[in-house]
Amino acid sequence: MRNTRAPQGKRQFRRWLCQALLRAALVIALVTVAVFFLIRLVPGDPAVMVLGEHAAESSIEALRGRLGLNLPPSQQFLRFLQNVFLRGDTGESIKYGVSSRDLVLRFAPVTLLLAALVSVITLASAVLLSFLAATHRDGLFDQAIRVLPAFTQGMPVFWTGLLFIQLFAVKLRWFPAGGVKPGDPGMLYGLILPAVTVSFGQIPPLVRSLRERLLEVLDADFVTTLRAAKVPRRIILFRHVLRNAVAPTLMLFSVNLSYLIGGTLVVEQVFGVRGVGKLLFEAISNRDFPLVQAVALYCAVFIVIISFLSDLIVRRIDPRTRA
Amino acid sequence: MKRQKPARGAGRGKRTLYIGLAMMGALALAALLAPAICRYDPMEQHLELFLTPPCPAHPFGTDQLGRDMFSRVLYAARTDLIVMVLAEIVPFAVGVFLGMAAGYFGGRTEWIVALATDTFIAFPYYLLVAVVAFLTGAGMHGIFITFMLVGWLTYARVARGVTGSLRRSEWVESARLMGYSHLRIIATQIFPNVLPQAVVVLMTDMAGLLVLIVTLGYLGIGITPPAPDWGTMIAEGQYVIDSAWWLTVIPGLMVVYTGIGLSCLGDGLADLWR
Repeated sequence: MRNTRAPQGKRQFRRWLCQALLRAALVIALVTVAVFFLIRLVPGDPAVMVLGEHAAESSIEALRGRLGLNLPPSQQFLRFLQNVFLRGDTGESIKYGVSSRDLVLRFAPVTLLLAALVSVITLASAVLLSFLAATHRDGLFDQAIRVLPAFTQGMPVFWTGLLFIQLFAVKLRWFPAGGVKPGDPGMLYGLILPAVTVSFGQIPPLVRSLRERLLEVLDADFVTTLRAAKVPRRIILFRHVLRNAVAPTLMLFSVNLSYLIGGTLVVEQVFGVRGVGKLLFEAISNRDFPLVQAVALYCAVFIVIISFLSDLIVRRIDPRTRA
Repeated sequence: MKRQKPARGAGRGKRTLYIGLAMMGALALAALLAPAICRYDPMEQHLELFLTPPCPAHPFGTDQLGRDMFSRVLYAARTDLIVMVLAEIVPFAVGVFLGMAAGYFGGRTEWIVALATDTFIAFPYYLLVAVVAFLTGAGMHGIFITFMLVGWLTYARVARGVTGSLRRSEWVESARLMGYSHLRIIATQIFPNVLPQAVVVLMTDMAGLLVLIVTLGYLGIGITPPAPDWGTMIAEGQYVIDSAWWLTVIPGLMVVYTGIGLSCLGDGLADLWR
């Protein structure tokens, strides 16, 4: 039995892996192409942006030549591809004059730490709250949990952020109200309140979906069998029920996390955090093409990795999704 | 599943629907009748009244320029709700149509829709928003164009899912045997089944879009003054949140209120059509 099944499972896995990698490569390629041409649609000349409106015509021409902006867009694109694929080089930032990759890597830790904190807070609370609700079905807590998404879905992150700063940082003084810069010693501490704010909006829909799946699984025959076999309740809940129920919630969460990476600008703006979102926004305002491309490329790679990993995890814990 | 009591569920669905209708109806009516309801012009400045807390004459207080917040909040509702509804029309129609076509004819389209969705998720959303805002200048056009580019994906996914499961159903098979054209089958057999689901999704999506509109206003790349908008109102109020909480809290609560209303409508309709 084992011998005949294992190779088939392996083949299936390889097939899935090939498809997933192909799709990841395509997504990154599409994002790269779209960003490259989209940013060039924006009116405004990078050389003029750096040198100022009143710079001499000759020096602007010289800078345009040095940046390769005089070439037709298709040739610029080929050059960009060559540099990225052959040397892993996304080019020099026009505004700051340093490697755009180094700039992204300098600001990335802040955003990544924020994403990690959000993941931990969101997933832990979602699992805990949905278990409490599902095991006390139709109780007061369960009913409160069910109406919560209606309240939070219309809460803009920046608005809850402003209120949370006022309450937790200004009034209660639990957290610093100031901003966070990359490399700050208090980076982790300063990112807790932003992470709580983001999680606050993400938890209710996750709880709603997980609670529904938990209730379905709790009604399944195998749970009755386990109960009859006197398997401890804790083990039934966390090893058997959770494993059967968590897949759709994880997929939903990975999409939310991707949106967070792409849309971290709002959180950064409200909390004065210097992260990738602000870097991107400033790069667009400055028409700093290489920097925009670098941020977009690294974000896309990271998001593709998240989605790949969550697919992989879901396949591992829930074999039914492997078909 | 087994424990569900259908009678009670149906009753709750109706009640949720009525609550949603009442909430959204009241808001739409108030926005529509704003010129008749408001005692003050939303632009009228009374510098001697600046930052007046909520009181009988100004139920929502006044802002830094002494403008009546009640009038401003209601006039902002007109802008925000109209933009929200108008921006959904094209993506809804296009998404439902493309989704039905993809689900009905199957094949590669499924893969393409999935790829488009993945690409959109991996695309830095604010890059698109900012580029469009720089191209069209800040304002409503930017929101319409951005949402036209990405909003259809949600509906395409829903419509494709429903259509895919219907394609092999007996009544679609028999319609085909009776010699109906593909277009006629889609219009008479598929569309009536897709529409309710798409409308339920529309309610959630509108709440998300409203949050986006307000967020863009807050960031200064959405609806721009002098057109009143809840987002810009919050942005203007945030610096005096210590002394004048109403400038920040009340416009935000309006967004939350709309979100609750839309959520009740969506849940109620979903129960009704289940």
